[in-house]
Amino acid sequence: MNAQDVKNIVLKIITDIAPDEDVSGIDDNLTLREQIDLDSMDFLDIVMELRKRYKIEVPQEDYPHLATLKSCMDYLTPKFQSA
Amino acid sequence: MSGLNKNNRIVITGIGLTAPNGNNLMEFRNALLEGKSGITQNNIRYMGEQSAGFCDFDETKYQTKKSRRRGTRAGAIAIYCSNEALIDADLDLENVDKDRVGVYLGITEHGNVETEEEVYQMHQNDLDYKLWTPHHNPRTVANSPAGEVTLNLKITGPHYTIGAACAGGNMGIIQGLQMLRLGEVDYALAGGVSESPQTFGIFAGFAAQGALAHNPQDPTKSIKPLDKNRDGIVISEGGAVYVLETLENAKARGAKIYAEVIGYHTNSDASSYVNPNTQRQIECVEKAIKSAGLKVEDVNIVNMHATGTGAGDISEASAINKVFRDSKNTHVNFTKGHIGHSMGAAGALELAGNIPSFDDSLIHPGINCENLDPECEISNLVLNKAKQVEKVDVILNNSFGMLGINSVVIVQKLD
Repeated sequence: MNAQDVKNIVLKIITDIAPDEDVSGIDDNLTLREQIDLDSMDFLDIVMELRKRYKIEVPQEDYPHLATLKSCMDYLTPKFQSA
Repeated sequence: MSGLNKNNRIVITGIGLTAPNGNNLMEFRNALLEGKSGITQNNIRYMGEQSAGFCDFDETKYQTKKSRRRGTRAGAIAIYCSNEALIDADLDLENVDKDRVGVYLGITEHGNVETEEEVYQMHQNDLDYKLWTPHHNPRTVANSPAGEVTLNLKITGPHYTIGAACAGGNMGIIQGLQMLRLGEVDYALAGGVSESPQTFGIFAGFAAQGALAHNPQDPTKSIKPLDKNRDGIVISEGGAVYVLETLENAKARGAKIYAEVIGYHTNSDASSYVNPNTQRQIECVEKAIKSAGLKVEDVNIVNMHATGTGAGDISEASAINKVFRDSKNTHVNFTKGHIGHSMGAAGALELAGNIPSFDDSLIHPGINCENLDPECEISNLVLNKAKQVEKVDVILNNSFGMLGINSVVIVQKLD
């Protein structure tokens, strides 16, 4: 599992919880919320889906790591690799 | 009641609906006249194949995929019906004060579907309660279906649901009328919705009561109101939302007017959790007719609640015979043979199916009653084939529910 795989996983989850959004042009370094219509409940859904699908836990204090695709990759890749 | 301005005449200017056999008034009406059932055989969780009525309207016609995912099936039904009703009423909310629009939707129950799904998902995932969705609370609060309508249409007036068991649809109309007469709102989106067949628990509950109809060979014949071989209800989803406004307002804006809501009554049996009470039903019908300022013989159509249960049908038939026995002008029909029991939507939906009678003077039949129970014999009962009459000016709609709630709504053709 490399960073690109993790990015694809996150994008797939976002596509499922925000099906009206076009995620094809998302910039890895900009916050997700400034690029697509996501609110705090959507981020809770992302956390939930990571737990449900991959048994990956994201503690509440780490939620800021989900702000951009880049920060998602940096934070989640080690978790996936050790899972 | 003293605060109500009963001089305010309240009219129906828009109808949006979805039923198992139609997704707008014309489709629904034609299906009722043709005797077309919307009941199919469906796999219900844990219970296997069951007769049920599901709607096939386009959920994302007026709603984003994301909001549908966030919300509930009842909310999706309410949003579809509300948008259709506004279009039908030729009412653009951009041109009205949205603080003065109220949403009043009757429900039989709400939250069963969403709660069952979460419990099921938790059991599929080692009872991990942390997988319980953060959307559970907004989905299951009792105002949810009406609140979803306000979110969708950016309505800033009051919204709530009216929990009234299977009288919910009528009660939504009554609530809307009352709020208009109180001057609380200028427009009411009022009616009822149901998502009940999305949960196995409702099926299992009626099965436990011995009141769930079966016919695996032909599900369209499952529910048989008034038939001596009837064996219970078929659970359906659906919705009907009306645009209500004052006659004065409707005339001022040149609106098409379907009917005036001229009378209603609601009361309680105070006698049983589940069994009907004929005397209270009689009182409810008689007081509704009195509230409308009519005589019994003025009523042209009585749409029965007629669920297909043993006790319910006999009780209602007795009540109708008592009230209308001398009225040659009154014909009687029912709708659940076509669409099953759409629970919180039933009252509003079944009334809608009869309203076109004001124009075509046809009375749609009740279907699937091939061997009329002698205890359910009623004069001028319209069975299995539509009946042409000289004219229809007044329709009376019965809806009764568990815990002994009775409701009657009367509408009149406006000349």
